Amino acid sequence: MYRGNHINPQKFEKGQTKILLVLIPLALFFGLPILFLVCHAFKPMDELFAFPPRFYVVRPTLENFEKLFKASSTSGIPISRYVFNSIIVTALVVFASVVFATMSGFALSKLKFRGKNMIMEINNAALMFVAVAVMIPRYLLVDMIGIKDTYLAHILPLIALPVGLFLVKQFIDQVPDSLIEAAYIDGSGEFRIYWKIILPLIKPAIATCAILAFQQVWTNVETSNLYINNEGMKTLPFYLNTLINLNNNVAGQGVAAAASLLLFLPNFLMFLVLRKSFMNTMANSGIK
Amino acid sequence: MATVKKARRGRTGIAKRENSNRKAYVFLLPYLVLFSLFIVIPMIVAIGLSFTSFDTIQTPTFTGFMNYITLFTKDQVFMQKVLPNTIVYALIVGPGGYILSFLVAWALSQLSPVPRTVLTVIFYSPSITGMTAMTVLWKVIFSGDQMGYLNSILMNLGILDEPVLWLTDSRYLLPIMIVVALWSSMGVGFLAMLAGILNSDESLYEAAAIDGVKNRVQEMIYITIPTMKPQMLFGAVMAIVNTFQNGVIGVQLSGANPTPNYAGQLIVNHIEDYGFIRYEMGYAAAVSVILLIIVWVFSKIFGKLFSSKDM
Repeated sequence: MYRGNHINPQKFEKGQTKILLVLIPLALFFGLPILFLVCHAFKPMDELFAFPPRFYVVRPTLENFEKLFKASSTSGIPISRYVFNSIIVTALVVFASVVFATMSGFALSKLKFRGKNMIMEINNAALMFVAVAVMIPRYLLVDMIGIKDTYLAHILPLIALPVGLFLVKQFIDQVPDSLIEAAYIDGSGEFRIYWKIILPLIKPAIATCAILAFQQVWTNVETSNLYINNEGMKTLPFYLNTLINLNNNVAGQGVAAAASLLLFLPNFLMFLVLRKSFMNTMANSGIK
Repeated sequence: MATVKKARRGRTGIAKRENSNRKAYVFLLPYLVLFSLFIVIPMIVAIGLSFTSFDTIQTPTFTGFMNYITLFTKDQVFMQKVLPNTIVYALIVGPGGYILSFLVAWALSQLSPVPRTVLTVIFYSPSITGMTAMTVLWKVIFSGDQMGYLNSILMNLGILDEPVLWLTDSRYLLPIMIVVALWSSMGVGFLAMLAGILNSDESLYEAAAIDGVKNRVQEMIYITIPTMKPQMLFGAVMAIVNTFQNGVIGVQLSGANPTPNYAGQLIVNHIEDYGFIRYEMGYAAAVSVILLIIVWVFSKIFGKLFSSKDM
């Protein structure tokens, strides 16, 4: 009496109702705070002060965003400067992360050389790397190699992402060896194979690596906090953090919510657009 | 003759590539340099520094196990607040978030594509809000005056008579941190497990049905979990990392390090407190090493649980 498994059904069936009954209340706990943040960002002053406080927004306005953009830090640096820094730093980290992870992933998956297993094992162990645990030695190193107070201090520490390399390598494992052998016979070198065969075939893994790198850098406060003294070199999340600590009152809340939305939205949209590639890569994410 | 020679040379070329390909190191170099510099070396430096006394100005002086001895025998804050807080927080948020992620992923896999996609995005999005946005959001909700959303709701319902200072009251800070951390726990590991379940082999389920597996729960226990052990392990590692990485949330929410009465003080905050507020880098490094050991032990336990090597 096998009626097909329950996994991944294509249509709605009655049996799914009870699952929805459990999941939807839980989804409210996860989703409502985000929705609240969105509403809060668009509330005009009188609604922020409304008593009793209201969840939703009645007359949405861009007031908070205007205030956010007019505001500048105590040292007179306009917010556009922080946005500019963030974009530069994020773009460079994401780009370098993807290039280096795909290059290493290719070598670890398809090339044979001494020390390969050891490198893979070390990288796998580094999956459990908790960056905050070593913030002190990292700080000392950044200081020692002389990149403090430069863009490099934002960029270099965040490029090597063990989880990115791991996922890319697992994905390249799926590319058949015969393709590479055929390319060797045709006289292609490793760089040509990497560029012409591997990269076009692993687009989902590239997207995934980019998302993960983006998430690391876009909301990162530590690099600005610890490695940068020059106010004009700090990034948007740092500025928003100071905003929160400075005006922790009801009027400031609207601006802080608007700022938070600016941080959250790019992350969210990127995931939404690249969702299919992401899930595709995740199917190969197992640690054996 | 000539063609044979050429072919042989060609083959040796490939054979060489089969064994030791120097170009591999070129491909690996940029990643390995940064990986060593910012991940491996900091860990080694942390271990080294933990045996010294170092105030960032004078050169470190070797003190043997002094920092560790102080940490476990004299640091009352560490033994009475930080360590118990961390254990409670980690035991609830780590396994709790992990089990929740798996169960939600499994439940989602039982739905048809459209509701599944919508719900997946909802469950995943808190994990990408980032520490700053998360702080703004929950600070508004848990705000201590009557304008706070939770206070207002509870007062309306008649549960509270007057507003509670949620984030500065030492009784509530740790539970709130746990709620917020659980809220943001459905990250990459959750998606990996969902993808793992969705890609499981249909024929296994068919065979199991013949062997007498009747319902969804039996399917989950006898087929889904055993077949996706590697994803389960990946999910576990991600859960552990997330748990400790989010440990700074208490300081963020209460706006102070140390947190009021050390109520939300976790190991991560203790490191920051000693490292960047008191500049006792050697001591802070010792605390870092303890944290690294805790993370490592957790990962080993999960590794044993979901090892697919002995199958």
